[in-house]
Amino acid sequence: MNKFRRILALSMAGCMSATALAGCTTDTGSGTSSTAPVVGESSVDTSSVKSIFFLNFKPEIADKYEAIAKQYKEEKGIEVQVKTAASGEYEKTLTSEMAKSEPPTIFQINGPVGYSNWKDYCADLKATKLYDMLSDKSLAVKDGEGIYGVPYAVEGYGIIYNNAVMTKYFGLDGAKAKSMDEINSFAKLKEVVEDMTAKKADLGIDGVFASTSLKSGDDWRWQTHLMNLPLFYEFNTGSGDPITNCLNSDLEFKYADNYKNIFDLYTDNSCTDKTLLGGKTVDESMAEFATGKCAMVQNGNWAWGQISGVDGNTVKEEDIKFLPIYTGVDGEDKQGLCVGTENYFSINSKVDAATQQASIDFLVWLFSSDYGKKAVTSDLGFIAPFTSFGENEKPTDPLAKEVLSWMEKEGYTSVKWTFAGIPSEEWKNGFGANLLQYAQGQKEWNDVVTEAKDSWKTEREAMAE
Amino acid sequence: MQKAIKKWFPLFALPTLLAFALSFLFPFIMGLYLSFCKFKVVNNAEFVGLQNYQRAFQNQDFLNALWFTTKFTIVSVITINIIAFVFAMLLTKALKGTNMFRTIFFMPNLIGGIVLGYIWIMIINGVLYYSGATITTSADYGFWGLVILMNWQLIGYMMIIYISGIQQISPDLLEAAEIDGANAWQRLIHVTIPQVMPSVTICLFLTLTNSFRLFDQNYALTAGAPGKQTQMLALDIYNTFYGRVGWQGVGQAKAVIFFIIVAAIALSQLYFTRSKEVES
Repeated sequence: MNKFRRILALSMAGCMSATALAGCTTDTGSGTSSTAPVVGESSVDTSSVKSIFFLNFKPEIADKYEAIAKQYKEEKGIEVQVKTAASGEYEKTLTSEMAKSEPPTIFQINGPVGYSNWKDYCADLKATKLYDMLSDKSLAVKDGEGIYGVPYAVEGYGIIYNNAVMTKYFGLDGAKAKSMDEINSFAKLKEVVEDMTAKKADLGIDGVFASTSLKSGDDWRWQTHLMNLPLFYEFNTGSGDPITNCLNSDLEFKYADNYKNIFDLYTDNSCTDKTLLGGKTVDESMAEFATGKCAMVQNGNWAWGQISGVDGNTVKEEDIKFLPIYTGVDGEDKQGLCVGTENYFSINSKVDAATQQASIDFLVWLFSSDYGKKAVTSDLGFIAPFTSFGENEKPTDPLAKEVLSWMEKEGYTSVKWTFAGIPSEEWKNGFGANLLQYAQGQKEWNDVVTEAKDSWKTEREAMAE
Repeated sequence: MQKAIKKWFPLFALPTLLAFALSFLFPFIMGLYLSFCKFKVVNNAEFVGLQNYQRAFQNQDFLNALWFTTKFTIVSVITINIIAFVFAMLLTKALKGTNMFRTIFFMPNLIGGIVLGYIWIMIINGVLYYSGATITTSADYGFWGLVILMNWQLIGYMMIIYISGIQQISPDLLEAAEIDGANAWQRLIHVTIPQVMPSVTICLFLTLTNSFRLFDQNYALTAGAPGKQTQMLALDIYNTFYGRVGWQGVGQAKAVIFFIIVAAIALSQLYFTRSKEVES
């Protein structure tokens, strides 16, 4: 009996430790099927396709997609399964979903870097109606002759401000500016912001800026979006595309001081104490803005849903405006918002041709049928770069309208989304973690800069392997 | 009885064995194979030999996580077992309301790790707020946060095991010791503790393995912040596997190393404490 017990104990120990390992392997799928190229519309019979699978990148509009999928099922009889990856978890979710026996048929890549990771899974979309509809063909992700990612939303970001608070400030005695038009450089922005902080009690705010959310997973507004400005100025050398330059060079971080300027301004004049930023999320920041606790927040037009959806929202729709992110670079008075996309649809080349075609049909429907176009402009809030959208079918939310008006402003240059050329997620996460330590006073700025440069080098080398 | 067990054993064990083979053994073998491969998704792999292991051992994050995990395991195993044993001693005395206390102490164990993590992040950040800090301010906060969380979750469970052990001690032994003139401390050291050694074996085993392969709580409470300073092994493996493109194989190699460490610790601990058990 004793021996039996010993064996039992041993096998129990075995089980316990085996779970540790088994937990780390994912489901195994049934292998890959045909990799037939996708051809033009309706040359493939899709009648056998019962359902397609869309892995959504944007959690903030997940419920909107559910409604669209329901409508599509009613109209066309094809079920669209929508699965949404949690914020910052898209790559992880995609990696595990791809290994399953029913992988996503529509997924998203974030540009050239994303494409190089998922090359083997991206179907060539050159001959599809989806690509044909694209208004600016240069936006697509190309490789040789093929088209592997079609952008579906142009987005813009900058500093969102609450005009009601600003008007109140301009009315105060000794205000450093009289209207938003005067704020067209970092120096002026700093002067105004610091004066507003001094008078925050009169303005009824807790701080000028919403919390600089530095919780890991919620730090993309800083490690990616804010980082875009120094990257753009460093790599927009006049020769070649800034994203390509960014991908193919080491980082000098020439504009590190400019980054520090704006980052310090955000954290010094925030409604949250610097040392508490590590616990803040993007949702919390947006709620602070929506409830009027602060006057400004850095974010993009996609944030409209978050602002309007907050309970106790006090910010009026007509008061929500955009300001470019000024960092103290020469000639920035003509700088516009950061405009670009990191949202490209790709079709999984490992599913059968009929399903690929059905997936494309869904996207074409979404961006060209009346119901779809209405959903895109009013529910999803995308500025969709497709020819199927007429002049009067532009998005109606205040932030998207602001992005469009900044894009059309005479003489202003939009800042291209250069961050698509950042070598890896690992780099962004490391930089975000360092920013947190810098904000908490545990790391010198010089070390943050040096580590950013070193890690850029290591990550580029790792990517090349 | 023995004969009947022998006869019917295979039949009754079969479903479990099958399930075990499907959900543990097969992924395990596949995982072992994948640790020698370069791959993006698991059904599309290319053999590269020992390269992954080499990279795993050169990876500073992995070594840091190993050290952090070891520290955490030592501290939490000691605190959990001592506190659980003290509670068990108290709650086996003839006190009023012992049943109620036992239930209450056991309850945290019924809540999942992720939920516990989110509950405790609120509590800890709420307390630290008064000193202008959060759990991510310093790796020490994260460390002790994890220790507190783990204690809170596991003490009740271990306490129940100790209680059952203590209740099985024959009153005759304690009475005999008392008549021989042993005081309360001597009775504890020379009678109670040797008699509950089987419970100690189980509790040490459970706390040791659970602490060493902790994932949910770590993920929800600190997610490794600040930086990767509070990242434990399981979380490091997860982040390597899913978070770094081209590093899936390295993540898998780390998982195999992790398995070997956990198995070695668990088996040697079992061997060691079993040898201390006395037959009553």
